[in-house]
Amino acid sequence: MPTETVAGAVVDRNEEGFFTDATQWTEAMAPELARAEGIDELTDAHWQVIRFMRQEYFEKGTGPTVRMLGKTSGVTVKELYQLFPKGPAKIAARIAGIPKPRGCI
Amino acid sequence: MTQRVVILGGGTGGTLGANRLQRSLGSDVEITVVDQDDRHVYQPGLLFVPFGMADPDEIERPRHRQLRQGVEFIESEIDWVDLEAQEVHVENGTTLGYDVLIVATGARLVPEETEGLEGPGWGEKVFTFYTPEGAEALSHALDAFDGGRLVVNVVDMPIKCPVAPLEFCFLADAYFTERGIRDRVEINYATPLDGAFTKPIASEHLGGMLEERNIELTTEFNTGEVDGVGGRLIGYDGREVPFDLAVVIPLHGGAEYVGRSPGLGDELDFVPTDEHTLQSKSAPNVFVIGDAANVPASKAGSVTHFEGETLVSNVEHFLAGEPLEAGFDGHANCFIETGYRKALLIDFNYETEPLPGHYPGPVGLPLLKESRLNHLGKLLFQSVYWHSLLPGRDLPGVGAVMPMSGKHRSIPEED
Repeated sequence: MPTETVAGAVVDRNEEGFFTDATQWTEAMAPELARAEGIDELTDAHWQVIRFMRQEYFEKGTGPTVRMLGKTSGVTVKELYQLFPKGPAKIAARIAGIPKPRGCI
Repeated sequence: MTQRVVILGGGTGGTLGANRLQRSLGSDVEITVVDQDDRHVYQPGLLFVPFGMADPDEIERPRHRQLRQGVEFIESEIDWVDLEAQEVHVENGTTLGYDVLIVATGARLVPEETEGLEGPGWGEKVFTFYTPEGAEALSHALDAFDGGRLVVNVVDMPIKCPVAPLEFCFLADAYFTERGIRDRVEINYATPLDGAFTKPIASEHLGGMLEERNIELTTEFNTGEVDGVGGRLIGYDGREVPFDLAVVIPLHGGAEYVGRSPGLGDELDFVPTDEHTLQSKSAPNVFVIGDAANVPASKAGSVTHFEGETLVSNVEHFLAGEPLEAGFDGHANCFIETGYRKALLIDFNYETEPLPGHYPGPVGLPLLKESRLNHLGKLLFQSVYWHSLLPGRDLPGVGAVMPMSGKHRSIPEED
């Protein structure tokens, strides 16, 4: 498993770029992770989603799917795609430092 | 004292659960099954209806007739479940008290959650084969289709039988080839997944089969809107997939009463469930079988069947005040119809993805490989379903736990 440095700290991520240990993540890492996904600036709305993803992950053991996010995060699916154009659940999970949501079976 | 078991739903899980419990506990329990209608559909048969390979009447039987004597059947909508009072309120005004509740109401299609899906063009250019009525309407549309773009689209996961849309693509390829117009039809499979299927080895194999058949694959496509008049699927990311005929698998959710029952379900009305014991996380005396559970297994009849053993032994343990067994391993297997009277078979569980080899052991049906034997297996299975699986009999050679003998971890060469 690749070990790398994000915002000066050593973290473990899998080959798809998902954190394998969500506790290694800090808020200071988010801007750098976002830039790697092509998002130059994190707005309040981005943060709302990122914090929601982490909260769900720690409560339920998996991050939410886009549809769950649309129903529960307070941000509509359309807006989610504006915030994270390349796929809200995956991209937001990478920036939020949680493992890949296991919504799709 | 007689204990009361109420089972919500008289489909695959509710029926085999009721029959197994009744056989095992006899008059120690009073078993009541509630369903909103008396139509038990053999759902794998829906795939064949659009291609004229099955008639809707052939795949449907009355629910109550599949239940053993001594199991009571109530035909009524379910209003809500009161977990605290341990009562089910049904819409004919009756209240059913229970010692154990089994939720087996499956998944529900929610096409209304996708903009435009049921709008103009629905039933004309836009269809689904996930209902008997839809499958039959689609068979007429396919008959009348002389060429153009056919799009098969999964709006989002989870769906029942995640391989069915792929099977539909394979059967459509064979159907148009047999009609001699394959060169006039473009087939596109638009999926929210990043490949043909969810599990890597099977995804690669099935992706290769799409390519061989000249079926385009559009991945990571999340349908935001269906424009039935203009003939376009519009993705949330702005991409568009044009069509002359669209076969859409709508979003799925759990049964509506789950949402009306405080503390029972999640945001999508599925019931949070321990993936190994099948006890719900909502209340200790509530168990869940089949598609209604939010466990990370495919929503499929085979999963429901394999869950049966664990469900019944854990309900018995619970009634006897004994600890539960973590018995269910996520075992699933499915025949994947590939057209031209062939099929392949996949077999997997929570831990092990579908692998090549043979099932159930080194001498058995070929896995991840097209064969006529698998196609025959798929056709024969309907009779096994009504006569062995629903009555709750064990199928010879088919155990609840996934077998590893006969499997290997590399992709075999095609013959």
